[in-house]
Amino acid sequence: MQVPLSAYLILSAVLFVLGVIGVATRRNALIIFMSIELMLNAVNLSFVAFSRFHNSMDGQIFVFFVMAVATAEVAVGLAIILAIHRNRETVDVAELNLLKW
Amino acid sequence: MLPLWLIPVWPLLGFLTVGLLGRRLSRPQVAGLACGSVGLSLFASCLAVRGLLALPESGRRVEQVVAPWISVGGFRAEWALLLDPLSAVMILVVSGVGFLIHVYSIGYMHDDRGFSRFFALLNLFTFSMLMLVLADNYLLLYVFWEAVGLCSYLLIGFWFERPAAAEAGKKAFIVNRVGDFGFGLGLMLLWTSLGTLQYGAVFGAAAEKLPFGGALVTAITLLFFLGATGKSAQLPLYVWLPDAMEGPTPVSALIHAATMVTAGVYMVVRSAPLFNLAPVSMAVVAWTGGLTALFAATIALAQTDIKRVVAYSTISQLGYMFLGAGVGAYAASIFHLATHAVFKALLFLAAGSVIHGLHGEQDLSRMGGLRKQMPLTAATFLVGALANAGIWPLAGFWSKDEILHGAFASGHVVLWAMGVGGAFLTACYMLRAYFLAFEGLPRHEAHAHESPAIMTGPLLALAVVAALGGLLIGYPPGHGAYHAFVAPLFAGGEQGGVAEVALAIVSLAVALAGIGLATQLYLLRPHLADRCAARLPRLHRLLRNKYYVDEIYAALVVEPIRRGALFLWRGIDEPVIDGSVNGVGELVRLSGLLLRRLQSGYVMGYVVTFLAGVVVILGVLSRLG
Repeated sequence: MQVPLSAYLILSAVLFVLGVIGVATRRNALIIFMSIELMLNAVNLSFVAFSRFHNSMDGQIFVFFVMAVATAEVAVGLAIILAIHRNRETVDVAELNLLKW
Repeated sequence: MLPLWLIPVWPLLGFLTVGLLGRRLSRPQVAGLACGSVGLSLFASCLAVRGLLALPESGRRVEQVVAPWISVGGFRAEWALLLDPLSAVMILVVSGVGFLIHVYSIGYMHDDRGFSRFFALLNLFTFSMLMLVLADNYLLLYVFWEAVGLCSYLLIGFWFERPAAAEAGKKAFIVNRVGDFGFGLGLMLLWTSLGTLQYGAVFGAAAEKLPFGGALVTAITLLFFLGATGKSAQLPLYVWLPDAMEGPTPVSALIHAATMVTAGVYMVVRSAPLFNLAPVSMAVVAWTGGLTALFAATIALAQTDIKRVVAYSTISQLGYMFLGAGVGAYAASIFHLATHAVFKALLFLAAGSVIHGLHGEQDLSRMGGLRKQMPLTAATFLVGALANAGIWPLAGFWSKDEILHGAFASGHVVLWAMGVGGAFLTACYMLRAYFLAFEGLPRHEAHAHESPAIMTGPLLALAVVAALGGLLIGYPPGHGAYHAFVAPLFAGGEQGGVAEVALAIVSLAVALAGIGLATQLYLLRPHLADRCAARLPRLHRLLRNKYYVDEIYAALVVEPIRRGALFLWRGIDEPVIDGSVNGVGELVRLSGLLLRRLQSGYVMGYVVTFLAGVVVILGVLSRLG
């Protein structure tokens, strides 16, 4: 029996929402990054599902793009967090409030 | 005929040179430049008048355009100068008396820190006054009318660190401004009705276009006269002149006796063709002059400051000039202007000599017996006083008498009587001043010395002219050299005859009576004067306090305006205008205060906001489909 498309999409949506909640709620910068990755991968899942069900390669090709961007973003982001940790001895985003008036 | 601009240009150059370089020049250089420039003006004036005399009697009128000025639409005005007998008399008076006063000032202002500034301003004034009387059109006249007012302000407040002097300068300028407002309105009326302001064109057109006795010409001339009352210190705008005595005495002599205050008389006489068309205005002029003459003379009787006595005397004599003009005796009016310039300048300079000799004392009650210590000053002051009182054969007799004769002969008997009454008072207060200052026992402690030659020289020169001048140019009455000179301008010589001699004897007798009274009260029985004052304390106080006119004006005019200005400032300017400008700033500040809360520095908050925005946009996009 075929797994219906909606199952994939619901899973993707749930994963995405979990990622959003993680970004909005968690204080540890690394956890936030993981949540961002979760969001990106949820979207990847969605793309692949559509590709499979529309019999088109476009979705899967786009997943490559997404992964490349995600990788670059992680590289830069982790470097920033490392720098912050060296400077401030913390990765708690609640403590990064230099832009406060 | 030499270029007329050569007459006023020298004091202008003197002003520029002394004004800009005065600090770097030595005192003799400044004095030389300033006096030399006026001397050159005098020389040029003499040459110009000689050239004028060379012309035939009916053609003595030289108009020269120096430069174009305004040409807008149908209106034209030019820098143009006019020399005719009237302006010829004026330039001789201004440059002649002005020169003597400049020389006198070298001695009087000798110790003053502002020596070069003084001479620069005096030169500027002389330039402005010469331009005023040489102007060929009303606009140029008005420009220099204002200019002499400015110089008057600067010179009255010359010692500006003294509050009284600064106040007096302001008062003079503001009161003059009221009059000038009227003059300006009159000029505008004149232009809108005749389309030109050039003398020749105006007088020609007036005869055709303005109906005799009409409302328009009456309005114009009355407005002109308002300006004249301001500049020439008549009722109701005379109040600035006594206060103007705060300025140095040469300033009082030049500006407030001989020249600037006569600008009003000159302007009225110059506008004679207009005034001749408005009998109502002429009556106003004559009556204002007569009343002022009498009014000021009564005040002079009770003043103790020597300069103020002479100041009120000036106001009174200007009243005589307007009286003469108002009854149509224009020639007599200008004659009196000229003789008055000489003897009034003499009186002021002599008073200045007294003040200089007493190191600043001006109160008559603290003088006395100065004749022995300052014989030249005393003698010249006496000559001036007698000339002012109208004693034959001094200059004042001839000119004042002509005015009185003109009044009587044209039927204004009441005005004539007022003039005679004024003559009595004039003789009285003038000799009173002389006796109090120079005769009797000394009431001062200071040792007075006669002034240096540079000051007594001009005194002697003026005394000689005051003594003989009237006789030389004004005799026989109505047919002297002066009258022949100005005759083409002023029609109507009703002089001569037995009536004239009778009137002359009356005024002479009255003047002698005044002298007699003064002699009794102030020379022979000094305590008598105090007893009179004690018997009539209220009258004495009324005169002493100048009828409280200054206080009345302060209460009726100055105070309401001051309150109004205070209200406009505190009540409107500050809350409304400053308030709205500051309010805008306040608004920006408050909104900034609110908006900066967005910058919490809290990254989580930023993220949530970000996400919320994305949701909203997606929602909108999906709705739009």
